[in-house]
Amino acid sequence: MATLPSDVAAPADPPSGDVGIAAEAGGFPRPTTRLDRSLAIGFGLVALLLPFLLEALGAGYYLSLASRIVIYAIAATSLNLVLGYAGLVSFGHAAFVGLGAYATGILVSEGVVGSGWHLLATLAVTGLAALLIGAISLRTRGVYFIMITLAFAQMLFYLANSVKGYGGDEGLNIRARSVLGFGAVAIDLKNPYVLWYVAVGVLGASLLALARFGPSRLGRAVLALRDDDVRAEALGFPTYRLKLVVFVVAGALGGIAGALSVNLQGYVSPNVLHWTQSGTLMVMVILGGVATVWGGLVGAAALLLLQEVLSAYTEHWEFWTGWVLLAVVLFARQGLVGLLGSAGRSAAAAPR
Amino acid sequence: MNRAAVPPPLLDIRGLEKRFGGLLATDRVDLQIRAGEVHALIGPNGAGKTTLIAQLGGQLASDHGRIVFDADDITRLSPHQRARRGLVRSFQVTRLFGSASVLDNVALAVQAVAGHSFAAWRPVRREQALFARAAAVLDDVGLAAKAGSGIAALSHGERRALEVGLALASRPRLVLLDEPMAGLGPDESARMERLIGKVRQSSSVLLVEHDVDAVFRLADRVSVLVGGRLIATGAPTEVRSDPNVIAAYLGDDEAHLGGSGAPEAQRR
Repeated sequence: MATLPSDVAAPADPPSGDVGIAAEAGGFPRPTTRLDRSLAIGFGLVALLLPFLLEALGAGYYLSLASRIVIYAIAATSLNLVLGYAGLVSFGHAAFVGLGAYATGILVSEGVVGSGWHLLATLAVTGLAALLIGAISLRTRGVYFIMITLAFAQMLFYLANSVKGYGGDEGLNIRARSVLGFGAVAIDLKNPYVLWYVAVGVLGASLLALARFGPSRLGRAVLALRDDDVRAEALGFPTYRLKLVVFVVAGALGGIAGALSVNLQGYVSPNVLHWTQSGTLMVMVILGGVATVWGGLVGAAALLLLQEVLSAYTEHWEFWTGWVLLAVVLFARQGLVGLLGSAGRSAAAAPR
Repeated sequence: MNRAAVPPPLLDIRGLEKRFGGLLATDRVDLQIRAGEVHALIGPNGAGKTTLIAQLGGQLASDHGRIVFDADDITRLSPHQRARRGLVRSFQVTRLFGSASVLDNVALAVQAVAGHSFAAWRPVRREQALFARAAAVLDDVGLAAKAGSGIAALSHGERRALEVGLALASRPRLVLLDEPMAGLGPDESARMERLIGKVRQSSSVLLVEHDVDAVFRLADRVSVLVGGRLIATGAPTEVRSDPNVIAAYLGDDEAHLGGSGAPEAQRR
């Protein structure tokens, strides 16, 4: 089900030069590290066994929380592609998650449930929206880029609020769920276990793709333009097209997260499009680790679990998560994944 | 002067203009760079040298005029399209990929023009040819020993060498070097001068440089830009004795002719 990054073959070393030090000091990503492999194994085990474990402990309720974490992790991972790898501070990523949720929710509420075509339609809608928004906003940079992505997302937020036929500001409830049917096989997302395995499958595939992306030609070109896009362009990289590709892929993946979330909750409201949702995804990425394969998952898990635990004690849990974020930003430049990494190679030379 | 006898220039600039508000930074510049030559562009601070380089590199759009490279009009092409045709520039203010190692910096420069960059699955480290070329460039610029270092570990001189190395990595037909010796000590300057001497074996060079002595040693021809206008082009000895150039820029050895930034030329 979940294909794991541990399958990635060990790389041949470059013909000259010891790039190990630079790579460990936050240099360009190498194909896989030991941390990647341990995290992949851990993720695989949790993905496969968690439903049984929770069942055995009589804590089935937590599967829904776990599914929520996985879905947020998909969304955060897609944002990490834009924010972390490409260095584009997109403040409107919730637009794509929300669009995905609405596209699937509307189609399902209209009775288009079976065969999985509505999920392909969702993918097309979010991909196209990302193409359009990206094509315009990627012509700007810096604060203007932040503002224009925010503006697009807020436009969609108000649009969702005003479409009374699909719930308006009260949101849209769906009774049915998506069925991925191809021939005789019908995968019904109404079953929470099925939804879980589909979600971890999507996340696993995304993480594997991201692990392959980083050290690939595309990944390195994208990291180069993050470091200095004027230089990258001057050397021959088609920076605008590269950014657009990343933006569209990330938007479509965000849309898949939205489609899964409406299936999990049976409900979508304009709030998924609100800018605070974009902010939450950004917090997850920064908390987990910018431009790291595992940053989205680790950040989503950390923030949602923290929220779950703290909200049992206090209404003001956001106050306390703020402190955690502050500490991570100040003391762990590559987020929690960076901390895990440096803990895992205590014997090696300290990074700068 | 005898245009008919020379082969068509590699780079042919006609009537190029760039205006910033009320300032005409590039004022009807005509300039031809021949294949195989080292052509120096000198002029006082604020003469518009870097603006002209940015127009040739494509970072700045020109308001008027044409840029023809190797018989193709490239006036409207983006920087990456120009680079892929073999017209690559370096920068006066060093621009490197700060999170990549020295070797990876050069490997990126090689990758930028070698094949497309949309392959997302195969690790680049398997591409031996790319890293072999990158290692050769590091040898050329004297940074082979630093291949694995991060950019932060490099001295200013080493960064300037890498800056030029990035521009050379793709074996451009014409390389625009924007003050490669800026801020270098005497030893480092001498090394850079040797490097440029080596570059000319494979590329034509348009060299913007303040160190006039180095310019006159390296260049086949020299053009002088003052206030956005080319006031002279010719062999170093001709330009050196051109009364307009002396008045506007070079001065005689002692006198600083005041006003337009002439002392810069005497900087060591």
